[in-house]
Amino acid sequence: MFDGLILLIWTLIKIVLIIVPLLIAVAYFTLAERKVIGSMQVRVGPNRVGWCGLLQPFADLFKLLTKEVIVPTNSSRFLFLIAPVLSLAPAFAAWAVIPFSDQLVLADINAGLLYVLAMTSLGVYGVIIAGWASNSKYAFLGSMRSAAQIVAYEIAMGFALIGVLMLSGSLNMREIVLAQGGGIGHWFVVPLFPLAIVYFISGVAETNRAPFDVAEGESEIVAGFHVDYSGMAFAVFFLAEYANMIMISALMTIMFLGGWLSPIDGVGDGFHWFLIKTAFSMFLFLWFRATFPRYRYDQIMRLGWKVFIPVTIVWIAVVGVAVFYGVEPWFDIRDLQTAGQAALEVASGDGS
Amino acid sequence: MSFQLFIFYVFAIIMVFAAARVITVRNPVYAAMFLVLTFFTAAAIWMLLEAEFLAVTLVLVYVGAVMVLFLFVVMMLDINVEPLREGFVKYLPVGILVGSIMFLEMVFLLTQRYFPSENFPAPAAKPANYSNTEELGRLLYSDYLFHFEVAALILMVAIVAAIALTMRRRSDTKYQRPGLQVQVKKEDRLRVVSMDTESKS
Repeated sequence: MFDGLILLIWTLIKIVLIIVPLLIAVAYFTLAERKVIGSMQVRVGPNRVGWCGLLQPFADLFKLLTKEVIVPTNSSRFLFLIAPVLSLAPAFAAWAVIPFSDQLVLADINAGLLYVLAMTSLGVYGVIIAGWASNSKYAFLGSMRSAAQIVAYEIAMGFALIGVLMLSGSLNMREIVLAQGGGIGHWFVVPLFPLAIVYFISGVAETNRAPFDVAEGESEIVAGFHVDYSGMAFAVFFLAEYANMIMISALMTIMFLGGWLSPIDGVGDGFHWFLIKTAFSMFLFLWFRATFPRYRYDQIMRLGWKVFIPVTIVWIAVVGVAVFYGVEPWFDIRDLQTAGQAALEVASGDGS
Repeated sequence: MSFQLFIFYVFAIIMVFAAARVITVRNPVYAAMFLVLTFFTAAAIWMLLEAEFLAVTLVLVYVGAVMVLFLFVVMMLDINVEPLREGFVKYLPVGILVGSIMFLEMVFLLTQRYFPSENFPAPAAKPANYSNTEELGRLLYSDYLFHFEVAALILMVAIVAAIALTMRRRSDTKYQRPGLQVQVKKEDRLRVVSMDTESKS
């Protein structure tokens, strides 16, 4: 009984230790976005609040907190208010299985990758419900676009991850990272390059970011699904969107960029490499937004169904053949598996 | 009552409540959302049975994909609730028949007369590193390969049939050819007209 209580408290502390840095990261990600896009467009970006604009996210936050949350008449009040929560909760819940380094993980479960896929697929409910509950045509159009887009790209995303599963032989996130040991040449981004590209672009589409932001589409449907939201409810939607972007970057790091492993084999592995790689992927999101024009809707569907899915299926077949014949140096997975298991045993031996 | 049993009852109560609301709530969108809640709690109960692969797959497939499309359709259709209620009495005998058959089946199982629980001992608890995803995969692709392939074939036929049933080629549909669109040059679209400047008078 007492042990259970201690476990509960300890888990809660760990959750806080993940959520609080995540919230701070989201806050400064918004600032980084404005700064990066500003400098790409030869502007300064926000620089008034605090030193070099470093307090800008908090100024934005307090402004949104003090605004009124308006519930439109004829809207479905309960669903309208619960929609932001529905989009935020999966964005946070998925972080439970992310291994930050060899020891730093909240829940080291066997079906970790499936869990992440399940959680990220739940995020679409917030968008759909928001669009319907607002009782507004713009919001509804936005949510319909988003639902179709997310369902389409989820398939390509799942297929891209099958390649990762075939090479790592595990659904456990920690073992996936350990299977990529042996320097930068052994990260899955090299043998699975097409899948990595498909995965990341699908991730951009899943999070409704530019150039796939037709769900918001300011120039066509005002602001899409959150057109009727204000104040804190609006802020929660943005929080979910940015948390999802960081999530996709972290997953990209774990699946394809070797997680916490250093580019040179065995030299200074650790949490800092995870941070650097995730920050790089996050920067790509901002770079895309600053440089690409928005896709037309039919082009999005064409890219998802007619380009990405065939590419992933072909590459899965290639990986299957290569693994069957054990092509050196990437596809001889028996060595990798034994190496991974040995590393796991060493790690668990150190931990206990 | 152990902690696990307590959790089970919490989930079971939520699930029964949500399942009941699916058929009693007036708004179809709310009904779909309650169905989502039912699936989710069912997944949680499966998780208690140590069937984590099935639980996660239930969330991934039914909650993450099937119900999204379901909700999509329910929202697009302008469903008037009142006509749906009118059929209630008409379909009541069928409903009672199905319900009573299910009830009888449950009675057979639960009264222990024909399926005594001695024949079905509780499975031993698996160690923490036991992965039933791996075991399922191994069984599906070795012992039950034929059944698995037959199931895949049936699904394939269903997909083809669904597409064949819904696809209608209309003569006035306009298609875009992205290959041609990409190859468009300036000369195809733009005509530069040179003309003298106009004077005011």
